[in-house]
Amino acid sequence: MSVRIYVPQDATALSLGAGAVAKAIAAEAERRGVEIELVRNGSRGVFSLEPLVEVETAGGRIAYGPVKARDVPGLFDAGFLDGGKHALGHGLTAEIPYLKQQERLTFARVGITDPVSLDDYLAHEGYRGLKNALALSGAEIVQAVTDSGLRGRGGAAFPAGIKWKTVHATESAQKYIVCNADEGDSGTFSDRMIMEGDPFVLIEGMTIAGMAVGATQGYIYLRCEYPHAHRTLNAAIAAAYERKHLGTDVLGSGRRFDLEVRLGAGAYICGEETSLLESLEGKRGQIRPKPPLPAIKGLFGQPTVINNVITFASVPIVMDRGAAFYKNYGTGRSRGTLPFQLTGNIKYGGLVEKAFGVTLRELLYDYGGGSYSGRPIRAVQVGGPLGPYIPASQFDAPMDYEEFAKVGGMVGHGGIVVFDDTVDMAAQARYAMEFCAIESCGKCTPCRIGSTRGVEVIDRLVAGEQPVKQEAVLRDLCETMIHGSLCALGGLTPGPVLSALNHFPEDFKKPRVVAAA
Amino acid sequence: MKGQVQEQPLRPMPAARPLGAAERAKVLEVIVRLRALPGALLPVLHGVQDALGYVPPGAVTLIASELNLTRAEVHGVITFYHYFRSSKPGKQILQLCRAEACQSLGSAALEQHAKRRLGVDFHGTTADGRYTLEPVYCLGNCACGPSLMLDGELHGRVDAESFDELVGGAS
Repeated sequence: MSVRIYVPQDATALSLGAGAVAKAIAAEAERRGVEIELVRNGSRGVFSLEPLVEVETAGGRIAYGPVKARDVPGLFDAGFLDGGKHALGHGLTAEIPYLKQQERLTFARVGITDPVSLDDYLAHEGYRGLKNALALSGAEIVQAVTDSGLRGRGGAAFPAGIKWKTVHATESAQKYIVCNADEGDSGTFSDRMIMEGDPFVLIEGMTIAGMAVGATQGYIYLRCEYPHAHRTLNAAIAAAYERKHLGTDVLGSGRRFDLEVRLGAGAYICGEETSLLESLEGKRGQIRPKPPLPAIKGLFGQPTVINNVITFASVPIVMDRGAAFYKNYGTGRSRGTLPFQLTGNIKYGGLVEKAFGVTLRELLYDYGGGSYSGRPIRAVQVGGPLGPYIPASQFDAPMDYEEFAKVGGMVGHGGIVVFDDTVDMAAQARYAMEFCAIESCGKCTPCRIGSTRGVEVIDRLVAGEQPVKQEAVLRDLCETMIHGSLCALGGLTPGPVLSALNHFPEDFKKPRVVAAA
Repeated sequence: MKGQVQEQPLRPMPAARPLGAAERAKVLEVIVRLRALPGALLPVLHGVQDALGYVPPGAVTLIASELNLTRAEVHGVITFYHYFRSSKPGKQILQLCRAEACQSLGSAALEQHAKRRLGVDFHGTTADGRYTLEPVYCLGNCACGPSLMLDGELHGRVDAESFDELVGGAS
């Protein structure tokens, strides 16, 4: 009987050498005349152990990692095919504390199944949500999503059910479901991990949305920086069509849902929903003023549900286990779970899905183990490049949309970027303005011009040229950007700038040595 | 770096050299294959860049007339998106991440090293035509930075030494 071995095909695992490890295992097995079945799964999200090799045994899956190609003969010698002991061994994968203490709902299958095997998806409770949904009316599906308390996971946290309800109620011959997979925020990769590790859950979620609002066409707008996700999505969509889970007769219901992946082209602003729609229409990704809302006039002027990857991917479990099950997780108005991403200068980086309410400190230290460099953590940026910097004094804040906002933070997409005490916060503030200048779509003046002036003012402030005056100008400029910008790019860029200035003023007053060589 | 936003290339369109017969055939093949898609322009531009490595300025008129758009619209879209390029790149594209998570692990120093080692600035191509260096704002590998992508292959935990190994004997 052949032994089943799992080696992730996830982009992060590959970036650490998983491809070479898979090859080495196949070659070594052949050399020894052992029959194996190599499955290229998604990542479990414990990146300190990647490449993480798992062997299926009678007692469960046994983990070894981080494995390098040169470790492979030694693993065979140690009898890892039977779960034998080895210095890189971690016992049962499911018992690894980093994983065991998580609450994986959306990520229940990621790292466990073969991402492009529909059979594997079905064997792991896949498509049960859609089957339930097909027995309901559109309004009932919308009600279930509303009752679950699910809010948009892209960052804006708008209740998904309300968005869907608007599209459901708007009459039109053609409606669209659009997935925002333009995950451009630094410090985020949960969308990517779903698309590479469990693409069917996204496909199922979008199909349910189509059934709920009466849309027959879906698009996944994927950033072109994710070639691995692109391949996996296309393979999964092809498999779903093949087996009638997509197309003219979804699961024999007689109802249609088509799905296509479209690639972005390296514009951060296209993560903003109206820019994304412009881009899908084949235009420059310039934002549209709202109203009209995309739910009423969206893609090609038609009613459109546009949600982030994680939002759609959380719908199948809501429809499978029920709204109450999902709503039971979380605190306050933040219901369910959020896949947090521990990134940057962190010892144990990875994906931690927890119910809302977990504190930043638990994530940073209990899971993350402190900084990668071993130095004290000085600041973290939560919520992407537009998220304010959080100083160590606020690490006890709970991750809950409303509670975290009270300390000036933004939960956003759950990305957490860690900086140790070598960080220069004035440089980070400058970068925030620079990034805005590079990525501004140019539609509104506060963002387009303000960001460029912002860089200049910070440079003068740091150089000590009339610092009191420069700081006043910078604060005034930020005020203008916050209130005068059309969308979140210009409106939120002041967040990281002002938080750096308020929490770390000393970094703006350091005597500077002219560009040390 | 001081006093202004890091120099952004203006990317003026080079004078449009007429397309050669082979190039024209490839561009037309892409257009014919994709023109029926709703919002076909981005897929077409991706197709052309996949086929030729860039979108030759000489292709703008052809794309515009075939898709019933103005040249200004096509030009506007090409220049809006960082990914589309109007001049022929080196044999391999090296995208270096500049975003915050990689910064927290020293990507700024790696960026300086890369530019020195290759002898080019961002958007430049090495003298031997082997590499084009591009900045990228996040590759989604934020827990294992600094990251770079070399011709679609992602590399994590890159330092000066592993960078030199990757680019091998580049000038």
